[in-house]
Amino acid sequence: MRRRLLLVLLLATMVPLAMQAQVTYDRLLNAAKEPQNWLTYSGGYSSHRHSLLTQIDQNNVKRLQIAWVLQGDSSLQNFEATPIVADGVMYFTQPINDVVAADAKTGRVYWLYRHNLPPDIKPCCGSVNRGVAVLGDRVFYGTLDGQLIALDAKTGRELWINTVTPNYADGYSLTMAPLIIKDKVVVGVAGGEYGIRGWVAAFEPATGKEVWRFNTIPGPGDPNHDSWPNKSWENGGGPVWLTGSYDPELNLTYWGVGNPGPDWNPKQREGDNLYSSSVIALDADTGKLKWHYQFTPNDGYDYDSVQVPVLVDMNWRGSPRKLMLWANRNGNFYVLDRTDGRFLLGKPYVKVNWMSGFTPNGRPMQTPQPTGMPTFPGNQGGTNWYSPSFSPRTGLMYIPIWDNYGSIYAPQDATHKPGQVFGGGFPRPVVPVQGAPATPTLRRGAINNWTEAVSNGAVIAIDPTTGDRKWTYYMTDVTDSGVLSTASDLIFTGGREGYFQALNARTGELLWKMNLGGQMAAGPMSYQVDGRQYVAIASGRSVFSFALPE
Amino acid sequence: MQARRFITGCLLATAAVVCVVAVAPAAAQQPQAAQHAGEYSQADIQAGSVVYSLQCSQCHGPTGDQVGGIDLRSGRFRNNVSNDDDLRRIITNGIPNTSMPGRKLAPAELTAVIAYIRNMRDFNTTVVKLGDTARGRTLFEGNGCAGCHRIGTTGSRIASDLSEIGGSRSPAAIQQALLDPSSMMMPINRPVRIVTKEGRTVNGRRLNEDTFTLQLLTDQEQLMTVQKSDLKEFTILKTASMPSYKDKLGPQQLSDVVAYLASLRAGGRGGAGGRQGGPPPGR
Repeated sequence: MRRRLLLVLLLATMVPLAMQAQVTYDRLLNAAKEPQNWLTYSGGYSSHRHSLLTQIDQNNVKRLQIAWVLQGDSSLQNFEATPIVADGVMYFTQPINDVVAADAKTGRVYWLYRHNLPPDIKPCCGSVNRGVAVLGDRVFYGTLDGQLIALDAKTGRELWINTVTPNYADGYSLTMAPLIIKDKVVVGVAGGEYGIRGWVAAFEPATGKEVWRFNTIPGPGDPNHDSWPNKSWENGGGPVWLTGSYDPELNLTYWGVGNPGPDWNPKQREGDNLYSSSVIALDADTGKLKWHYQFTPNDGYDYDSVQVPVLVDMNWRGSPRKLMLWANRNGNFYVLDRTDGRFLLGKPYVKVNWMSGFTPNGRPMQTPQPTGMPTFPGNQGGTNWYSPSFSPRTGLMYIPIWDNYGSIYAPQDATHKPGQVFGGGFPRPVVPVQGAPATPTLRRGAINNWTEAVSNGAVIAIDPTTGDRKWTYYMTDVTDSGVLSTASDLIFTGGREGYFQALNARTGELLWKMNLGGQMAAGPMSYQVDGRQYVAIASGRSVFSFALPE
Repeated sequence: MQARRFITGCLLATAAVVCVVAVAPAAAQQPQAAQHAGEYSQADIQAGSVVYSLQCSQCHGPTGDQVGGIDLRSGRFRNNVSNDDDLRRIITNGIPNTSMPGRKLAPAELTAVIAYIRNMRDFNTTVVKLGDTARGRTLFEGNGCAGCHRIGTTGSRIASDLSEIGGSRSPAAIQQALLDPSSMMMPINRPVRIVTKEGRTVNGRRLNEDTFTLQLLTDQEQLMTVQKSDLKEFTILKTASMPSYKDKLGPQQLSDVVAYLASLRAGGRGGAGGRQGGPPPGR
């Protein structure tokens, strides 16, 4: 009897332990088998940002309500992180560089880790961070002063700090959520506007020791070094500031590489400028380059290829194939064979006039516009780092876009000085009133002073087999929000206007919306605790989590 | 140097009460610049434009108005910036918990970029004639402009408020707006016409818009928000109701009105009397 009681007590004490198991690599590999969790930035190694949870569906989504709100407490910067949820605990970064662990059911905080930044950091485009990675009982993230940090997932205690890029004052910073691959923490460096030399690198989770590093700008003696004239490679940019993807069967990890430097004066670096504005496929164990595909050779438009690589296995022209889907900032939708990088399809998804088509091997035929004339898409691109989604149920890819948006480029010679913007002539948007101060280069703030005259935001659904748009959900203002699809054929997305919206994934019809009051510049995600499905997104300075009424 | 030349040019031209302006046309009338008139050399302003381009334009934009709530050209800051020392401190130290980092600039660079920020509104602007502000005010009032536009506490609000227009638009832009109003009408300010499902028609000026709602100031000067789903008709007009003054004003009269409008700045010190009330300079 006593033995049975002990067993019951033992089992009772084991329940919470079992609920909060270590996040092993095997669990990351099989993330689809535990849809109650959201274990990586894009929800899985294929980066579909697709949830298999179905409690919230097209019929009941109208009853969705706020389950909890957690207000950030330290900064007015954009909140760009996608939360990670592991066994009922949510981990995310709050601006500027703090990590928060909270109860995913209530939003109550377990611990908070604060990282103080030096005054001379050089974040290019806002002091942002896009989240953390988890492995074992550790949480990993990068900072604007170039530190990769490991924390105890239960206490937030700092386990190690590795200065992975010491020259933060020269413009090197870490903004992405790292990606765990096997026994490595993989992260890239931001700073393309400062003439850095970009890289992706892998580090040991236990110690922070570097295992491999791939420089996105090949040095002397490396293949494709000759795509840079003279010494332009030294300040060639090519940052990597968004989380990549991984194919365990091929053991390849895929990363989008950002713009070359100087951003807007391509004549200063004549050549293809590899591997800027490209996707690179690296051996996950060694960091060796397996293949690359360059979306925008000799990019003069700031068309960072910093989008999430979406990995899909599907029939292509009658045969099963390992594909990569990519809606690029340069306005084209691409399908590549991810085993070797072969170009299969390229098609504009927004207005494009910087190129007129592709050669058979997928090289764009560039058509630079005359001086003073607009180039489409504009500097911020047809899309950007905003997370897309792919639904295996509908077979459609969902992309946040800026429609009919152009810029006028004015290249200038630029001289590189460490820590200074290496731009080469700032572009301006195509607006009806030139020089009017109320039509700024970037649209920020509560009043939509761009209006339809400059651009509309939208979420579009693309059929990857053709590259054709299946539907468009227009927003009046432009959007920086990511997209989540679910197995209930729902799409969740935000936008600058502060509305969090649920759409029918097959038609684009609006099913539900709520005004959260703050811009959404993050990707939504979904998780489940104690049988209740939640959908969460950061808006303004806060994280919101939604669920159906209990 | 050109700023000083301008002042000299004005003195010489006093009899004609016309200044030909290339740079800093009304620096002495602008509150933020009034404290600094003549302090900045053209060489500093020129050098500062390069520093600004390298260090500041990425966030603040080429026209200084890219960060919400801040318009460097108009001297509008979120933080308390009452003099150049404040600017020097903020540029050097940054602003904690914001994306404004400190910049370790050489003393000459710092001086130059401050000179540029203090003069960027008029840097490289088109040459326009500035006439007499008092006569311009009389013309403004005599031509019924206040029937649509408000200055200070006088005039209608149905068109844009011009109380601080000289702080945000260059003289060239003001002149262009007088000659071809539609070409200079901000998209957000476009006139709208809505018809509700109940059949009520409302005309007004758009203040803001999102996917689901529209904010406007009606021609009865009522602030109004409507749900787009409640509308039967929603038209955004691309032409201004304001007539062109190309044939209504002679060259001298045009330069007078431009001078008057260009003199209207925050603080109400502009022109011959300017506006009354409003926020103090350096808010």
